[in-house]
Amino acid sequence: MSDTRQNIISKLQKDILLWEGFRPPSSDTAETFGLGPVEAAFPNGVFPTGAIHELLTEDISQAAASGGFVAALLSVLMRRGGACLWIGMAQTVFPPALKTFGVEPHRVIFVNVLHEKDVLWAMEEALKCTGLAAVIAEVRSMDFKQSRRLQLAVEQSRVTGFILLDAGQLGNTACTARWRITSLPSEPIDDLPGLGHPRWQVDLLRVRNGKPGSWVMEWADEKFISYTPALQQGILIQAG
Amino acid sequence: MQKRFMCIWFRHLLTDWLAIRHPELKDTAFVIAAPERGRMIITAASLPAEQQGIHTGMTVADARAVSTNLKVFDAEEGKAAKLLRMLGLRCIRYSPIVAIDLPAGLMIDITGCAHLWGGERAYLKEIILKLRAKGFDARGAIADTVGAAWAVARFGKVSPIIAGNAQASAISSMPPAALRLEAEVQELLRKLGLNTIGSFMQMPASVLRRRFGNSILTRLRQALGFEDERIIPLVPPVMHQERLPCLEPIKTATGIEIAIQQLLAQLCSQLQSEGRGIRKAILKCYRVDGKMVQAGISTNRGSYSVSHLFNLFGLQISKIEPALGIELFILEAPKVEEIDPLQEQLWANKPGLQDNSLAELLDKLAGKVGANAISRYLPVEHYWPERSVRRAATLQEPLPTNWRANRLRPVRLLARPETIEVMALIPDYPPKIFIYRNKRHTIQKADGPERIEREWWLDQGEHRDYYTVEDTDGCRYWLFRSGHFDSDGTQWYIHGFFA
Repeated sequence: MSDTRQNIISKLQKDILLWEGFRPPSSDTAETFGLGPVEAAFPNGVFPTGAIHELLTEDISQAAASGGFVAALLSVLMRRGGACLWIGMAQTVFPPALKTFGVEPHRVIFVNVLHEKDVLWAMEEALKCTGLAAVIAEVRSMDFKQSRRLQLAVEQSRVTGFILLDAGQLGNTACTARWRITSLPSEPIDDLPGLGHPRWQVDLLRVRNGKPGSWVMEWADEKFISYTPALQQGILIQAG
Repeated sequence: MQKRFMCIWFRHLLTDWLAIRHPELKDTAFVIAAPERGRMIITAASLPAEQQGIHTGMTVADARAVSTNLKVFDAEEGKAAKLLRMLGLRCIRYSPIVAIDLPAGLMIDITGCAHLWGGERAYLKEIILKLRAKGFDARGAIADTVGAAWAVARFGKVSPIIAGNAQASAISSMPPAALRLEAEVQELLRKLGLNTIGSFMQMPASVLRRRFGNSILTRLRQALGFEDERIIPLVPPVMHQERLPCLEPIKTATGIEIAIQQLLAQLCSQLQSEGRGIRKAILKCYRVDGKMVQAGISTNRGSYSVSHLFNLFGLQISKIEPALGIELFILEAPKVEEIDPLQEQLWANKPGLQDNSLAELLDKLAGKVGANAISRYLPVEHYWPERSVRRAATLQEPLPTNWRANRLRPVRLLARPETIEVMALIPDYPPKIFIYRNKRHTIQKADGPERIEREWWLDQGEHRDYYTVEDTDGCRYWLFRSGHFDSDGTQWYIHGFFA
């Protein structure tokens, strides 16, 4: 009896997810992002593609950290081919750096527009295009209506969208997940002096139907390495 | 298809122009004169002046004796050519091939154009009436050859339209001047009593050549249609062009949309059969008030998809001002390219840069924000960071060289390095502290230097020593020192931000 009730509840939960525009990825398109414990925070334990992710940036260092994190995710999204669009008002991304994160920079098309409203217009148009692997936009602010439009566009096309949003002017949005990526001091490699691999504090501030959380991640040898909350002890857990 | 030509002759081109500019001169006797060997010779006379017996070539002094209140204007060098060019451009709405015929005429290739206006008679009437309404005293004629049309426009007395293959009978009664001959030949013909073309038309070619030279034979054969005559069009004709004349002037956006759709459908079906696609298209709208407005689109790869091209034009329609109405639409495709047959999608993989929907998306974005706003980068074999990438010319351009990953480069690069204040303890060591935008950063870890020499064959200046540094907050920066360490003020810069 209790077993069937459990079934009904879980079925209803899945239905609600579907009604909210969330579609479980079909087995052949599922990608492994190697995010380890971060992925567990999402519904069904899978990083949602075909959704809008928001990344809050406060200053240019955080924008750089977010750029790196997004590029690392792009390398997975673009693994099966496809191009991606990076829309902004002034280009600061240095294409050769994307190679470090496993992205082929010549497959990224940069669009630099003069007005902020054109960024969102271009993003919406791009998200409707099924031929793209992902679309990234850098905007200062976005209201709920605009974010809802983007969400409706990705529900049709299943393209993944990332928005780098200024943390200062934050409103309510319809995005699937809201992140904040902050640089952390790197750990020396093999006790050699100098810088280690890029390391970030990954905060998942909000996630629809999931559990927000905070992790420490490192990008090394073209994959994510996550540290458990007990990172101070330096216990390293290989993800994926 | 039998060629048909129209010649227009402006009897008083220059004086009509003056009368249009100065309405008070209308119906008065005035002349235009230019100095020649110390005398003022009349180069053009208005109709009332001609009626008083004043003709070109007269001296102004003689003309003043005939007409006491004669006004004289100075001739302007090259004015006729300028006027004819202006009139010729206006006539392009009637046919794409319009040529200037100095000193006072236009030649138009009207093959296959007249039926759009309901026959040659209506076509001729339309053009001549339009020109006369402007104030130009124009005469026009249509014939199978340029030569015959030229002759009939100037000397014809019966009908301005010469039926096909009837040019011989039409010009036989005209004076030799109708053949566009040199003055000496005309004079010789007059002396010999050959006062009509018919009187020497049947003579053997060898006789004519011996007495009058080769030109008379060429002109005769051209007028009769035995020899081709090329005219040099004012505007080079575009290979791919569609025209849509409208019976009623179009004023609404819906009307323009329908016109674009029709033109695109025609042009695209033609291109599709040739296996080509449009890269660049221009819509020219000729308005009732004589002005022309145009809108252009361009695509990233050849396309013959009507719906896609129409969407691109859709962004431009608001920029077209119909004013009083548009009477002719011309759609030109100045740039087309061969397109590969579409490959059906076989795999589940995303098709990448070759994808058609991506090309269409970029066209759409370019239509709104401009093609310059969209860029894709390719690596270049330079170490100097600013020169290490360049914009790709096309979406299809392949990688010239591999992307280098052995050197760490910042995710964000400042367009221009910004100066920072530093505290460096030891020469050739990374700084300990740097101040950027009034914020003090204490450096915890550093890598470097990576010396990048300036490419002296490209520009002059100091080399750069780059350091990758990390401050106590964990933020990573790309700093460089310009030139060697120097005790009195070495300049340091910040150039990028690492992830």
